[in-house]
Amino acid sequence: MNAPFFKFGLFGDNVSLIVAFLIGIGFGFFLERAGFGSARKLTAQFYLTDLTVFKVMFTAIITAMLGLFYLGWMGLVDLSLVYLTPTHLVPQIVGGFLLGAGFVVGGYCPGTACVAASTGKMDALINLLGIILGIVVFGELFPWVEGFYYATPMGQVTLPQLLNLSYGLVVFLVALMAIGAFAGATWVEKRMAARKGGQPS
Amino acid sequence: MQADVQPLTAEQVGAHTHHAVPRAPQPYTNPYLAGFGLGLVLLASFVIMGRGLGASGAFSSLVAFGADAVAPEHTRANAFYAEYLGDHTRHPLMDWLVFEVVGVFAGGFLSGILAGRVRMGIERGPSTTNRMRLMYAFAGGGLMGIGAKFARGCTSGQAMTGGALLNVGSWAFMMCVFAGAYAVAYFVRRQWQ
Repeated sequence: MNAPFFKFGLFGDNVSLIVAFLIGIGFGFFLERAGFGSARKLTAQFYLTDLTVFKVMFTAIITAMLGLFYLGWMGLVDLSLVYLTPTHLVPQIVGGFLLGAGFVVGGYCPGTACVAASTGKMDALINLLGIILGIVVFGELFPWVEGFYYATPMGQVTLPQLLNLSYGLVVFLVALMAIGAFAGATWVEKRMAARKGGQPS
Repeated sequence: MQADVQPLTAEQVGAHTHHAVPRAPQPYTNPYLAGFGLGLVLLASFVIMGRGLGASGAFSSLVAFGADAVAPEHTRANAFYAEYLGDHTRHPLMDWLVFEVVGVFAGGFLSGILAGRVRMGIERGPSTTNRMRLMYAFAGGGLMGIGAKFARGCTSGQAMTGGALLNVGSWAFMMCVFAGAYAVAYFVRRQWQ
């Protein structure tokens, strides 16, 4: 097996768009299954009453991380051909805070807004219009924020490279951390449910 | 705007709204099972394409396409738009993420219709007005649009994709998303009350 298939020329650009559509269907399907078409379900994460967002997201990360690690280890996937977005630390930190704030204000993140809009939520459709306006604002201001946008470049860098640890060890530690955090998340949910039972908000 | 449509949780929705699907919505999938499914989709994208998932990038292509249609000279002089317009040998919407996001709409609708969860409505708390909820939704979207561009991706393209690839910038981004959301949550709680 020579993977990633697209990088080895197994199919061309036009077929890749069909693949994109099919992968998108899978992505949207499981987001909706998880309950991510609902703003209340999503934002409950930030009021600690329902930590589904954390559980789903980290299960997905761990699944893909372990899968890719083993496929790479067996020599089935050339990991150097899997695209890694270059890190620009400070603008990404600022972007993270803005996106997080926007998430809890608006009720959705960009991908989940698509799923919510497709299942009839008008607020999600308005949220998508807001995202489009935000991108227009960013685009129009780009000549002035360009310097900051490219600030603190670190190149294509992974946690194992940064920490000078082996890939396998970091994969193991992240998986271990996630399992601990899943148990912690369930404990928090139970505590919040017990509190809510005593004093309805 | 003051419609009485006010979907609550998936379980409650059926009782309050008129809808095409008469049966009650099914409960959501177990979070670990749904996460495993999402992870397999992401893994498939890595193996088949050599890239991860995304969402906000598709809207950047849409914005660049729109701006180019309205003011081509202005748009082509802008380095941000120019990246999404490419070398003009291909239509800017003939883009991988654009097709993927069209799939996300289709997949979300498919899952929703199979589970009886497709309902027209505005999701909000019982004591909030529709107008207020839509203003929050719009403002939050604006913040996310700007944030996703500085971060070079959103929860899909950075947090999930980069998270699985152990990308340094993605992990920093992800922690700040949670920090930003927790910091602001208290101030916008009214829309769910």
